[in-house]
Amino acid sequence: MIQIDEIQKRLLKEVADLHQVPEGAYNIRSNGKAIGRASTANIDIIPKENGSGIDIRIKPGTKNESVHIPVVMSQSGLKELVYNDFYIGEGADVVIVAGCGIDNCGPEDSEHDGIHRFYVGRGANVKYVEKHYGSGHGTGKRILNPGTEVYMEEDSSMEMEMVQIKGVDDTNRTTKAELANGARLVVRERLMTHGEQTAISTYLVDLNGDGSSADVVSRSVARDTSYQKFDAKLVGNAACSGHTECDSIIMDKGRILAVPGLEANSVDAALVHEAAIGKIAGDQIIKLMTLGLTEAEAEEQIINGFLK
Amino acid sequence: MLELQDIYFNVKADDAKKEIINGISLTIPDDKLVVITGPNGGGKSTLARLIAGIEKPTSGRIILHGEDITEMSITDRAKKGIGFAFQQPVKFKGIQVFDLIRLASGKRISVSEACTYLSAVGLCARDYINREVNGSLSGGELKRIEIATVLAKGSVLSVFDEPEAGIDLWSFQNLIEVFESMRKNIKGSSILIISHQERILNIADEIIVLKDGKLTAQGSKEEMMPQLTGTSSAVRECSMLSGAKEVR
Ligand SMILES: Nc1ncnc2c1ncn2[C@@H]1O[C@H](COP(=O)(O)OP(=O)(O)OP(=O)(O)O)[C@@H](O)[C@H]1O
Ligand SMILES: [Mg+2]
Repeated sequence: MIQIDEIQKRLLKEVADLHQVPEGAYNIRSNGKAIGRASTANIDIIPKENGSGIDIRIKPGTKNESVHIPVVMSQSGLKELVYNDFYIGEGADVVIVAGCGIDNCGPEDSEHDGIHRFYVGRGANVKYVEKHYGSGHGTGKRILNPGTEVYMEEDSSMEMEMVQIKGVDDTNRTTKAELANGARLVVRERLMTHGEQTAISTYLVDLNGDGSSADVVSRSVARDTSYQKFDAKLVGNAACSGHTECDSIIMDKGRILAVPGLEANSVDAALVHEAAIGKIAGDQIIKLMTLGLTEAEAEEQIINGFLK
Repeated sequence: MLELQDIYFNVKADDAKKEIINGISLTIPDDKLVVITGPNGGGKSTLARLIAGIEKPTSGRIILHGEDITEMSITDRAKKGIGFAFQQPVKFKGIQVFDLIRLASGKRISVSEACTYLSAVGLCARDYINREVNGSLSGGELKRIEIATVLAKGSVLSVFDEPEAGIDLWSFQNLIEVFESMRKNIKGSSILIISHQERILNIADEIIVLKDGKLTAQGSKEEMMPQLTGTSSAVRECSMLSGAKEVR
């Protein structure tokens, strides 16, 4: 059936925990082309006519189904821009697993820019998981610029887990969300940068409906000379609650900029921002050293735990 | 056996030299449970930190089983068999109780093995094994987990810094039993407990009093208990229960 090489297999495992063809609906994109696709009775995956991406249509009331849409790139110098639009029907309850793995062993930059738009119907529940991963020893960069837009109807909820731990040189992530009455958005971002990597993550969440809520939490580690910017803005336009948090560990000569942004346009909006940046607490390292770990092993354990 | 030979420890505070440990020599023999007691600020925790290698003495030597470990790192001392339960347990983010016990044991262990250490310190293991070692745990819970890590590590010299602090009186008996059982299986190792608690002093083979960075008294439990009972160095639970202040 699907023919993929070892590198692509490894990438798929990293970004989507896939060892074989996934159950449920899926679309696997490899080096710029779809190499496998399946719809189900309730979930339709339809390529866009102009070839710029796919539409994923999930029928109202679909329960406990999943969609996998991993992207892998192993060809150096490939650049692509893909639009994936998700239409999630009323009352559906689904898991969407995206993710992108780039292996670049060549001299040219490889870049994947994925624009994901979610139209979340009334009362629907979505869990969205996205992993980014880069590998390969080429001098070409591995670049990922995900753009996410989330439009949430009344009483819908969306939980987004976004992870980028290794190997991506440049990321510029923008996430926009608009929430109607009673909608609930939860974002958990985990990020580690090393070498000379840069990662920028920008959020703009409009809480437009009464009873809507957003909780955006980023945990990150910046090592070596890498740079991160976390810019999260919540706008409260109704009786809503919002919380953003940036909790970061900085190591070596890493740099982190956290930009808090809260805008309340309603007297009933309750918005909170927290940000903490600092090096690994010395007493944590010492404690683990008294258990027999070396300083480097202790740091590794502390960071693993932090990003778990 | 651990020997401290003429240990001094000074820090610089406001350009002045502050002497925290002032010429301490002592021996913690094999197969013995030794308790150090003494007033707040006397230097007990500092001495424990010097033994664990967290601080380095200004002068003096530290000898473990005949080997000079004065310059040895924390890690190497831990590997040589020194275990240390902190007075103030450290909190983490994301590291779970199971992770900490596993790291302490230094090998792959099963959840049920890890649970035995938690049960030993009176925690219902199932409820805790997946908890994060963070501020959501109460002070007493953190303290017990701290003790469990030292049990899991298994050491030739286990140092406990005020293990009773934050542990409720109803669980105190359980804690005493932990130390009694360690005492029973002590062969070839030694235990050092820093404590103000009369009932912990009572299970000691030897008691040492540390005050202003100096040893002011030292002897067997039988010699020492009469002179300590009722002082601040040996608080009885009843005085704690009634909320009475320690007498200085
Ligand atoms: N690094 C340091 N810098 C300055 N002062 C210090 C330092 N470390 C310890 N001290 C001081 O040394 C003294 C001894 O402290 P230590 O914590 O060893 O006392 P302790 O006997 O354990 O007291 P307690 O019973 O309250 O736990 C205290 O006065 C403390 O403030
Ligand atoms: Mg102390």
